Amino acid sequence: MERRARGSDRLIWAWTIFVILVVYAPIAGGFLASLGKSRYFRFPVAQYSFEWWQRAIDSLEIAQLFRTSLKMAALVTLVAVVVAFFGALAYARYDWTGRRLYQKLVLLPIFFPQPVMGLALLLWFNALGVTLSWQSAVFAHLVWIVPVVTLVMAIQMYGFDPALEEAAYDLGASRGQVLREVTLPILWPGIWSGALFAFLLSWGNFPLSLYTTGPDTAVPEWLYAKMVAGYTPMVPALGSMATIAAAAVLVVAGLLLRLRRRRAEP
Amino acid sequence: MVVSGSAIEDTARRRERHRLLSVGARCAIPVYLLLATGFLAPLVAIIGFSFATPRGYDAFRTFTLANYATIFDPANTVWTSFARSLVLAGLTVAILAVLAYPIAYGLARVFGRWSGLVSLLFVFPLFVSENIRLYGWVLFFIKGGVLDGTLNALGLPGGPDLLFTPAATLFGMVYVYLPFMLFPMTLGLSMVPNDLIEAGRDMGASRLQIWREIELPLAMPGILIGMLLTFVLAVGAVAESKVLGGQSIIVITHDIEIAFTYAQNWPLGSALAVLLMLVVGVLTFAGIAGLDLDRILGRR
Repeated sequence: MERRARGSDRLIWAWTIFVILVVYAPIAGGFLASLGKSRYFRFPVAQYSFEWWQRAIDSLEIAQLFRTSLKMAALVTLVAVVVAFFGALAYARYDWTGRRLYQKLVLLPIFFPQPVMGLALLLWFNALGVTLSWQSAVFAHLVWIVPVVTLVMAIQMYGFDPALEEAAYDLGASRGQVLREVTLPILWPGIWSGALFAFLLSWGNFPLSLYTTGPDTAVPEWLYAKMVAGYTPMVPALGSMATIAAAAVLVVAGLLLRLRRRRAEP
Repeated sequence: MVVSGSAIEDTARRRERHRLLSVGARCAIPVYLLLATGFLAPLVAIIGFSFATPRGYDAFRTFTLANYATIFDPANTVWTSFARSLVLAGLTVAILAVLAYPIAYGLARVFGRWSGLVSLLFVFPLFVSENIRLYGWVLFFIKGGVLDGTLNALGLPGGPDLLFTPAATLFGMVYVYLPFMLFPMTLGLSMVPNDLIEAGRDMGASRLQIWREIELPLAMPGILIGMLLTFVLAVGAVAESKVLGGQSIIVITHDIEIAFTYAQNWPLGSALAVLLMLVVGVLTFAGIAGLDLDRILGRR
């Protein structure tokens, strides 16, 4: 019995590793394609070079794209973390009359195809007479990202013991003090991962940006335009750069969290 | 809530609860504001436009069913896009359910301390925009690409022509929506108590019996959320058919997009979008109405 169970565990491991390899295959494929010297992609790559990376780095247009995407992701993170923090408190921490309904309404934007939401927002912005720009795209991102971040933070908040707050109140702390000294330090990891999700989901978002940025262009949009018309190895080069940037953010954030945690436990 | 012993504590707690009630509602206000202006309002606008004069921009001032009449006109073939999207979404869900189940099971019970890393590896692709990943597959499958080139280099005949077919579209959808099936499924499987499985095993139940009688029914809420989420996202998917499918297959969102952009017929596009929203909305409401989210997310 025991041995058979271990055999099936091995199968599950094997299958999972296989699927992970498949999941990363196209990302690796794009990376390889970006390193070829020739204008057109041939595999195996005859001559490796960083020429297209260099060209992408030197390009002013691409620097502008990165700035736009970065600006959007930063603003989305800032707003989403604040709104979703309170959203998560309402979701998981407090017991209130409308909570059950609220929990379900928050899910609705997640259960909605993003391209259709992007088009609906485009129409709505037009009806309001809003000029489209990266700011309107930030709003579009928030509609989808705030619910996701609310869930990410809520999952962690379920483990929060309200007795700790009550104890602080009993000891005479004001509401602001309790928030600063008790609630925030305990909930910090959840807020941190929520912020990460907000930043990276905005950074990688394509369907919402496509319809709502107007004349501004984010990285995924530019890539899409080039994929449809006019491939150059700059496309996989920029795609790989965006991927590496996301991975770097994730790694740095993970290290910071670990560092903080180590400092918190002397 | 815990029932406290003394009467004083009880009233204190009741007062606390009364106060918290309003705090909770107040905390929800920013989210509600965002949902009202960014989600509900655009949907209302789309519904308004769907009843406006074709090719016009006068929503809420005119009322006509002409756009819906156009869609339901027997001569119109837009229903085939609808049917294709529904079939593709259904197939995506079916394939993903089978494909993701062992991984979700592993995450919930086998991987132990590795499950954090494995989850992270499945989350990360969500941060890379889907067109970058789908384009990676194009480079993989294209003539002279990774697959074809490798086979040639090994002296084998080149790879099969898989790109720009309906099958490639389906493959892209399965690929993109894997995390949306995997994580709710994992939540569901983590809700199955270990003791129950062991009790079943002690009483001589076979593995199949344990799976069918204990694991599957208890994990069902999570599995159903995964299937629902994957379906509603896949039914509105468009990037897969454009990038990997090479437009060999036209999905409904593509038609909606064309009406909004090239055709400049917003009312028609809105009517199509409303029909899609009906499918998505009815399924979602039916799917999540009965859920106990505290139990699924909080494992209480």
